[in-house]
Amino acid sequence: MTAQELKVQDKKAAQPGGETTKNEACFAPRVDIYETEREVTVVAEMPGVTVGGLDLSLEDNILTIKGRRVVQEQPGRIILAEYENGNYLRRFTVAETIDQENIGAALADGVLTVHLPKAIPAQPRKIAVKLG
Amino acid sequence: MPYVRFIDRPTFRNPWAEFERIRQGLDELSRSYFEKGEGQSRANVYPALNIYEEADRLIVTAELPWVKAADLDLSIEGDTLTIQGKRERKPDESGVSYHRREIETGSFSRAIALPVKVDAEQVGARLANGMLTITLMKASAVTPRQIQVATE
Repeated sequence: MTAQELKVQDKKAAQPGGETTKNEACFAPRVDIYETEREVTVVAEMPGVTVGGLDLSLEDNILTIKGRRVVQEQPGRIILAEYENGNYLRRFTVAETIDQENIGAALADGVLTVHLPKAIPAQPRKIAVKLG
Repeated sequence: MPYVRFIDRPTFRNPWAEFERIRQGLDELSRSYFEKGEGQSRANVYPALNIYEEADRLIVTAELPWVKAADLDLSIEGDTLTIQGKRERKPDESGVSYHRREIETGSFSRAIALPVKVDAEQVGARLANGMLTITLMKASAVTPRQIQVATE
């Protein structure tokens, strides 16, 4: 049981490459990144994003996580505003060599989990020499 | 005879310039305060809430990523809505080294006084994609009623 009391963490604005034409807020999702012997796992908090709004890419060792929220009409008049709605964007440079074929991602409860398996370095092949 | 060299004199300044500068500073301060907060204080109690009002209902939304519906406890008493729950991460596997750890886990509890009386019998709550939406119907006494105007 965790005794720690959760606090509201301020959302950090993300910097897209260049300004966007749409006046939409864009936030950097909070992440956990951990590594095991076999893979690197990125866990990102993206509440409000559905699978359809997700855009993941790994290009030149840069992992880009983009999440578009389902735009829904604001119901009625806002009387208390403590958080802002917005899209998510964050980029990471992945230092490890990643096996691009086996990248897996899952989205559950507003949390995205990306598994980046490490590429197995090519084993030097031993050539047995038989005596003739 | 005192001898005043020209360069010793302080350069002439508009005596009101400093007041003008202060006034501008205060204007800027009040503007940024009002525009940003719009009179609303940023609560530091998790979760942050947005509340919308429609003619017949209140809609409370919160971002609760990683919270399971089973771990969430909502209750309403009078006009106080209480949201309680916890967020836990999976136990670490062995041999895991963290590069970043920004997501916090723990428990939360927030009670909020609703601005109007609500019907405690008609409360709907939905947790989808880490977003909690609570729909509270206003009590019939405070729901605006259309009044038919009869003509003679």
